[in-house]
Amino acid sequence: MTYHWNWGVLFEPSPEGTGTYADMLLSGLAWTVLTALGSWAIAFGLGSVIGVMRTLPSRAANAVGAAYVELFRNVPLLVQMFLWYFVLPELLPARIGAAVKQMPDAPFYTAVLCLGFFTAARVAEQVRAGIRSLPRGQALAGTALGLTVAQTYRFVLLPHAYRIILPPLTSEFLNNLKNTSVALTIGLLELTARARAMQEFSFQVFEAFTAATLLYLAVNLVVVAGATLLERRLAVPGGR
Amino acid sequence: MLASLDLSVVAASLPYLFGEGMVFTLTLTALAASGGLVLGTGLALVRLSGVPGLTHAAKLYVELMRALPLVLVIFWFYFLMPYLGAWATGAASPIQVGPFASALITFTLFEAAYFAEIMRAGIQSVPKGQSAAARALGMSYAQTMRLVVLPQAFRNMLPLLLTQTIVLFQDTSLVYVLSLTDFLGAASKVAQRDGRLVEMYLFAALVYFAVCFAASLLVRRLQARIAVVR
Repeated sequence: MTYHWNWGVLFEPSPEGTGTYADMLLSGLAWTVLTALGSWAIAFGLGSVIGVMRTLPSRAANAVGAAYVELFRNVPLLVQMFLWYFVLPELLPARIGAAVKQMPDAPFYTAVLCLGFFTAARVAEQVRAGIRSLPRGQALAGTALGLTVAQTYRFVLLPHAYRIILPPLTSEFLNNLKNTSVALTIGLLELTARARAMQEFSFQVFEAFTAATLLYLAVNLVVVAGATLLERRLAVPGGR
Repeated sequence: MLASLDLSVVAASLPYLFGEGMVFTLTLTALAASGGLVLGTGLALVRLSGVPGLTHAAKLYVELMRALPLVLVIFWFYFLMPYLGAWATGAASPIQVGPFASALITFTLFEAAYFAEIMRAGIQSVPKGQSAAARALGMSYAQTMRLVVLPQAFRNMLPLLLTQTIVLFQDTSLVYVLSLTDFLGAASKVAQRDGRLVEMYLFAALVYFAVCFAASLLVRRLQARIAVVR
């Protein structure tokens, strides 16, 4: 092998003039985490609504929910990213479209929206599965006690369903975190993009990618640890 | 606005989009899926083998691949391949590896981790009595796996394996970061050449949706059929 390792490169100043290569990667990590959290907020909220719609007795709500899930699951994320970034501003009225294009941090907001809507379809499937896995008697008992449909979901079904689907939701969160790297194609300066830039500036390919890999693994571990903690805190005392 | 869409751009580029782009996408998907399935099954067998060092190595590999974004893995292999090639062939300097070969190896190795998890579940879904009976009949471990356990595991996991292949079909669009001409890459090149981003990207989305939606409906039907037979 002819590759020359030089880990010291991480502490050399980057050509951007504001800190070292390590700072560059860490700022990438910050954008990655920020994008993941922002899009998760949308994905969790919207996904819950869509997931609930697919379990309602209304046919129309079911159809809308199913259409949403199929639409967002069957188009590659990269294509969706391009649609949000390149196509949507053109389809808006000219004035609004121009304003959107000139927005500062446009790649960030686009990535948050795109990932939010994309991941919502996956969250919706989990929420639906969670609600479906509850015994029918739960909803019936809610109705028998005089709760409205909304109250049944709020006080009976959802608290139970979310606890059941916490593990798959954790892995959806991790998928969402990994998917933020697709946003480098629209110019978001997240971790993978920064590692790539470091490789182009310094020619130290493997140091850059190894550092990025370790950062991704570290975030993964933190998320998994957090989820375990959450699971323990939310566990119903005496249950299982 | 939608009224100003120029569909002649799409019509004129159809031979290029499908003749080159879609052929590339389907070739990459088919090769990576079959390679990934073989490798993934091997990984699953190793992971279930119970041999201390090997089991952990297989687990580490699967967990590592699944924890990293595909885009990063694509870059990793794109830059690592020339060095690995030089090491494997004993050459003194890094060798040239084309982007297609690099992408194919990346997707095969990446998908292997996902297929390994599916196959592991599949093998575990076959009742213990099956392999015990095979061993009692005097079959070797290899015969037990090849003739008794794996055929049932494949059958049980077929819907999941196909769904994962649909995901792979979508994920191959990420070769865009290596500037390869897959279906999306072809659409993107036409879009930028002619300044027709709206038409080309909408058309690409439509085609991906049609293919994936149809495929997932077929998988669902297959699933129902298998469920009835069992």
